[in-house]
Amino acid sequence: MTLLMGAVAYDPKTVTIWTGFRAWLRARDLPFDFLLYSHYERQVEDLLAGRLHAAWNSPLAWVRADRTARAAGREVRALVMRDTDQDLTSVVVTRHDSPVATLADLKGRTVAVGAVDSPQATLLPLEALRRAGLRPGGDFGVRRFDVGTGLHGDHVGGEREAARALLAGEADAACLLDANHLLFGREGTLPPGSTRVLAQTEPYDHCNMTVADDAPGELTGRFGELLLSMSFADPEARPLLELEGLTAWHPGRTTGYALLEAAVDEAGFYDPSGRVTAAEYAP
Amino acid sequence: MTTAGHGSGFDPGPGPRTLRLGALGFERGAHLLVRRALLGLHPGQELAVTGGDPALLVHLRAWCRAHGHGLRAPDPGGAPGGQGPGGVHARIVRGRADLDRWAGAERAGGPGPDGLAARPSPTWGLAARGALVERGGPVGPFDLVDRDHVWADVAPHLYARAAAEQWDPGRAVDWEAPFALPDEIERAVVQVMTYLVENEQAALVVPARLLARIHPHFREVVQLLAVQAADEARHMEVFTRRALLRGGEMGTSSAGGRESLDTLLTEPDFSLASFLLSVLGEGSFLSLLAFLERHAPDPVTRRVTALARRDEARHVAFGVAHLHHRGTVDPALRGRLRAAVERRHDALTDTTGLNADVFDSLVVLAAGEWTPEAIGRGHDAVLALQAEMDEGRQRRLVHLGFPADEAAELSALHTRNFM
Repeated sequence: MTLLMGAVAYDPKTVTIWTGFRAWLRARDLPFDFLLYSHYERQVEDLLAGRLHAAWNSPLAWVRADRTARAAGREVRALVMRDTDQDLTSVVVTRHDSPVATLADLKGRTVAVGAVDSPQATLLPLEALRRAGLRPGGDFGVRRFDVGTGLHGDHVGGEREAARALLAGEADAACLLDANHLLFGREGTLPPGSTRVLAQTEPYDHCNMTVADDAPGELTGRFGELLLSMSFADPEARPLLELEGLTAWHPGRTTGYALLEAAVDEAGFYDPSGRVTAAEYAP
Repeated sequence: MTTAGHGSGFDPGPGPRTLRLGALGFERGAHLLVRRALLGLHPGQELAVTGGDPALLVHLRAWCRAHGHGLRAPDPGGAPGGQGPGGVHARIVRGRADLDRWAGAERAGGPGPDGLAARPSPTWGLAARGALVERGGPVGPFDLVDRDHVWADVAPHLYARAAAEQWDPGRAVDWEAPFALPDEIERAVVQVMTYLVENEQAALVVPARLLARIHPHFREVVQLLAVQAADEARHMEVFTRRALLRGGEMGTSSAGGRESLDTLLTEPDFSLASFLLSVLGEGSFLSLLAFLERHAPDPVTRRVTALARRDEARHVAFGVAHLHHRGTVDPALRGRLRAAVERRHDALTDTTGLNADVFDSLVVLAAGEWTPEAIGRGHDAVLALQAEMDEGRQRRLVHLGFPADEAAELSALHTRNFM
């Protein structure tokens, strides 16, 4: 039997990445193949329907897979995740010369966010603002940049648009992944010193390799072992790790999704059984 | 840079080392100082970081995550800030990704010709000779990877000479020099120039194709061939320019001549191609160009043939030196050289060889006038030229280790098209 993994084609490079992983894994006697999806929702549905053994899931896709499985009395687990998937944060930034000094000053103003389904640039920072006592759409306006809907924020385009809107004065604040705030500073989208950090979320986790309870344990076990054995010192593995944006695989953990769970509930993105309930979301 | 308390630098006091970044943030290069400070630590050791950039903690977290370093910092959540005792913002736990990347790296030989590898790794690819090469790069498209198949010790010297001897076609020739030739003499010049351009084009394509196949580790050979190709490019230019100087049309190109040159383009073996082109072909051309310089009816023809001859002498010198080098390490080489000459001869056996128009033009140029005596002299001179070419080929073949009788036999099999 071949272990079949799903991944979302958020960029043409995903073909290179997973073709490379396929060759690497098969050279180590793991019968492995992959399917590419155009968005995460179908990937999650196929995982639970038994059409996939594993899914390279966004954090939001993990939340949905977990909810769907639980509702059916089943179980999914996070097999592995990248070192770079652990302890991310998002920031809410304003222009350096903005009169907005604290989060409370955002009342009545506009906050730019990424795509409707972006955990890092929309769901998580908006949840952080809720916890600070500010209701999105009520206490402040939300200017959303729906680029790559269905890709759960993997496409950085929406986030970049939000940053540009902030700089252009079309928004008073913008929500960004910490690493993208740094990236935009370095690439010039946000000139150095042009923004001021108003708030930073608590650390959260990002993607994980989700496996379903009906996947053959021997194959998924071997899959996990092989991924965890990939070393940055190995010149065959290193290009794959670099393309996928990690220096080491870590055992999966699910302790870093609490903020996102709350955000999904508050935003009404999925219901407790994993059904898509988000308004204006049609991947 | 090492002052404590302000500015940026190390504080190697007790406890973890401390890097003070001052106001410098990651948007303006702070990672350089962090990376430099981490170089002195072992994986697992900690580096304390302080700094005044408001986004420092946000960016430090993102940077460490991307580069495989751990971070111990006050938990974010809510408003930014949070500073430990002593103004320490965070502690980096050094990871090992940067060390792992270079763990198996190796030097691509040494930078000088004395650092040549006998068989450089294909994965060194385009890396400079002597560079520290990260493992895992692509396998380069170079199939000539054996030192003895391409190298000659004289290559660095010949390259230096070649680079120093480059001339500007616009200035090295006095294109305005006054002269007037009878139409038929001018036509003979044009015909010979047309023939030379055709041959120079072959002489450009052959090294250009070979150099793209040589492992760049043998840098001086690649450079030498590149200049050789550039030499031929200039020859094509000056011969074309001379042909058109008086406003006439170009001369003829015979099928047999092109057929002969075509057999040069198809030889895939570096040593054999260099033998056929440089040693036999360009070697013969040295005599031809000297003949043209001697019998040139005008100063421009004399000058362009002299310039080309100097370059060609270098090409011949490298070909001979390379084959001499290879012959000393590979006794079977001479058998293959012989076979290459025979193969080419067989391939051309049913062709006419030299364009008759070219032969006649050479006679006319050597004659200088249309009297029976002069034409007879011209004809004798061309026969003497052919004998001189034959003698030169034999001399070079003997230098490469062929016995005199075999050298004579092989030289006789060389194409009648000269190149």
